[in-house]
Amino acid sequence: MPNEILLKHWFPARPELMKQVRTLVQEAADKTGCPEQAVQGMVLAVHEAIANIIEHAYKGDPAGEISLKMQKNGSRLEFQLTDFASPADVSAIKPRALEDIKPGGLGTHFINISMDEVTYSQLPDGKGNLLVMIKNI
Amino acid sequence: MEYEITKDGSYTVIQLKGDVDLFNSPHSRQVILTCIEGKNNVLVDLAGVDYIDSSGVASLVEGYQIAKRNQTGFALVKVSDAALYVLQLANLDKVFPIYSSLEDAMKSGV
Repeated sequence: MPNEILLKHWFPARPELMKQVRTLVQEAADKTGCPEQAVQGMVLAVHEAIANIIEHAYKGDPAGEISLKMQKNGSRLEFQLTDFASPADVSAIKPRALEDIKPGGLGTHFINISMDEVTYSQLPDGKGNLLVMIKNI
Repeated sequence: MEYEITKDGSYTVIQLKGDVDLFNSPHSRQVILTCIEGKNNVLVDLAGVDYIDSSGVASLVEGYQIAKRNQTGFALVKVSDAALYVLQLANLDKVFPIYSSLEDAMKSGV
């Protein structure tokens, strides 16, 4: 079954643009007929992943760019987020323990709990990072 | 994000409205921390919050922890469905004192 491209969006790594991206993801996810709460989770996961890229990969540099691709293959919804920052230390990307109550560290937890598969990798030749998130619908 | 601060006796009520996300949360954090410095008990009204992310939640957690250290009250009131969904994902609905109305929060002695 061929992949159906639901959304392709290229945007600057700027926090003020995140609401617009959430709206685009929500509209695309709504069209798949997913339950409302699953859509809510997917939007949150994509948002948190973009927030991590802005804060940790680009360290707030507004010149950074992000590519988002959302596609459907049968019952699998795939979200690909690509950045062109320095390669991230994948082993350091982990959520904090929920019982350790402190500000921060929840974004990765929200991603993991909202998606069924989450894979971080580096682009060839150190040109950036790729995050692939899968939601089974 | 918009906010409004009102005072009622020993309580300061912060009404947050709109999106509390990476773009706005530095502002919400500043508002919350400034109100806590006033030594009043702080109630954060989330009825008008349409969206909150981990950075917005972090500003609430920080406020809660500082208030606890200062031995002043801190609670969330009228939490919108959108905010409650995110708090529940982090089990924080069991950590924050949460009330359905300002009156309930004040009666309980927050």
